[in-house]
Order: sequence, then structure tokens, then C-alpha cells
Amino acid sequence: MGANPPCASCKLLRRRCGKDCIFAPYFPSDDPHKFALVHKVFGASNVSKMLLELPVHQRADAVSSLVFEAGARVRDPVYGCVGAISHLQNQVSQLKMQLAVAQAEILCIRMQQEEALASLLPRTITDQPSQHQKSFTLHSSNGVNVLPQFINGDFGSDNISSNNFGMVIQDYCLEAQRAMLDRQ
Amino acid sequence: MSNPTSSRCAACKYLRRRCPQDCICSPYFPSNDPQRFAYVHKIYGASNVGKLLQQLPERARFEAVESLYYEALCRIQDPVYGCAGIVSWLQQQIHDVESEIAKTRAEITVFLNSNISISELNTQHPQTDDMGMENLSNKHKGPL
Repeated sequence: MGANPPCASCKLLRRRCGKDCIFAPYFPSDDPHKFALVHKVFGASNVSKMLLELPVHQRADAVSSLVFEAGARVRDPVYGCVGAISHLQNQVSQLKMQLAVAQAEILCIRMQQEEALASLLPRTITDQPSQHQKSFTLHSSNGVNVLPQFINGDFGSDNISSNNFGMVIQDYCLEAQRAMLDRQ
Repeated sequence: MSNPTSSRCAACKYLRRRCPQDCICSPYFPSNDPQRFAYVHKIYGASNVGKLLQQLPERARFEAVESLYYEALCRIQDPVYGCAGIVSWLQQQIHDVESEIAKTRAEITVFLNSNISISELNTQHPQTDDMGMENLSNKHKGPL
């Protein structure tokens, strides 16, 4: 009496939904589209095998990711999730470039400030090189150091060796100065 | 008409079936890379792969198989999150770098404002020479 309704998977597969149905906790009967999506891309049998290989506490997350991937594949049958990954990787690269330009801008501003401060001081003191001028490191507030990545050649398809680092800084300073002029 | 046993594609070899001349899998699952089909079959199943390829124009099938293989690999390496884990990680990276850019730009604004103050100081107090230092030391001659 008052038996539970079959889960979405058993409804779609037209079979009896037992108490130990592996799909029932994750594919409730009120959301038939979710299982239909996963079944279309992966197949009920494969999903069942995947879930059986996982501990129970990880199955809900696994189902969510399978639903996500199945949805991506249905929307884009050629590239699926990989298309989304490629797009996000491009976004990350572009943002890191923007961050590098902004950090180079700060570097240029600091250099300008040093020069401006030095010009305020008497000549005898300004003849001595400032310790701070010897090394400029770019650190964000959480310690992220972006520009040195380029020393290691982590520049996408462009291979910049450490010998070109000075040129890279010069280029970014020019870019930063242009950005500053645009702002005025 | 089917391919001789020795030239069956990886899919037909794996499934232990004859490989017809028009086998839909054979251009994309060569016999010298059996693991490729094994991974894709484990996650998607041969039947689903065949249906997917049939729905696509021929020029798009190679890319589709590449992406299926990549996703299958990700799922085998990470059975819980698969490719979705990589998407999530990249989205977090975007969020972190955007925050960093915002903070850096705020710092630039602060620096630019302090730059204005320094240039104002520069115009009000031109650079002193050694004479200025002598005057300073004279002023500080106190009683011995």
C-alpha cells in the first residue's frame, strides 16, 4: 500500500523500481529530463556501472557531473564539454595577460615615483643607488607573481626565454604607459 | 564485403565482430590504438558512439571522437567529476584572476593619486644643492 512511485530511470526504462534501485536516490520521478539526458549520452548500463564503482557518498556529485557533461554534449554534439574547457582556457589566458599589463603598470608607476622622490632629495644623497631600485618584484596581495611565469616560457604558444625577459618588461611598460595615457 | 580479420578497426576487434567496409568507427579507431576505443566504449558504449557519429556530418566526426576520447580519459582519471571538474577549476581560476585584476587596478589608482602629490611637491620644493646641506649643518651647530 502506498508504494513509492518509480524513479525517473525505471519509468523511462519501463521496469520495476526496486527498493535497492541504484538510480532512485539521484533521479527522482519529478525530473524525467535529467535521466533522459544522461541515458541518451552515456547509457543507463554505463551509468549504473560507474555509480556502482563509487562509494555512496560520492555518487550524488558523480551524477551531477554526468548530467552536466551530458547536457554539454547534447548542446554541442561535436565538442561537448571540451568546447567549454577550451573557451574557459582562452578566457584565463586573456585575463592573465590583463593582470600582467596591470602589474607592469604598477612597476612603471613605482619607477616613476622613485625618480620623482629622488629628484626632491639633495644631489649627494641621490648619487647613491637605492637598494629598492635593484630589484622589482611583482607580487599581488595574495602573493601571485604573474610576470615571472613568462621567464619559464609559460606564455602559451610564444616561447619567451629568460634572455628576452628585459624586452618583455619593456614591452609591458610601453603597454602600461599607453594605458595610463588613455586614462588621462 | 568486410575487411579481413587482420585489418579490423579497434572497435570491431574489441567487440569481436566483423569489420565491414563501411564501418563507421574504423576511420577514427585505428587498430594500432586499441586503448582509445576501450576508454570511449567504457564510458559511452559503442552503440551510443555509433549513433552520435551517424548524426554528425563526416567532416565533424574526427573532432567529435577526439573530444569523446578526452572526456572519457578525464572520467576514467576522475570518476566523480570527470571533465566537469576541470570546468569548475577553470571557472575558479577566472574568478581569482578577475579579483586580482580589480585589486591591482585599485592599487594603480592609489599610486596615481600619490604620484600627483609627489609632482606637486616637486614643483613647490625644487631640488636642493650642497649649499642647502651646509646651511642645514650651520643651523644645527649647538653649544658644545
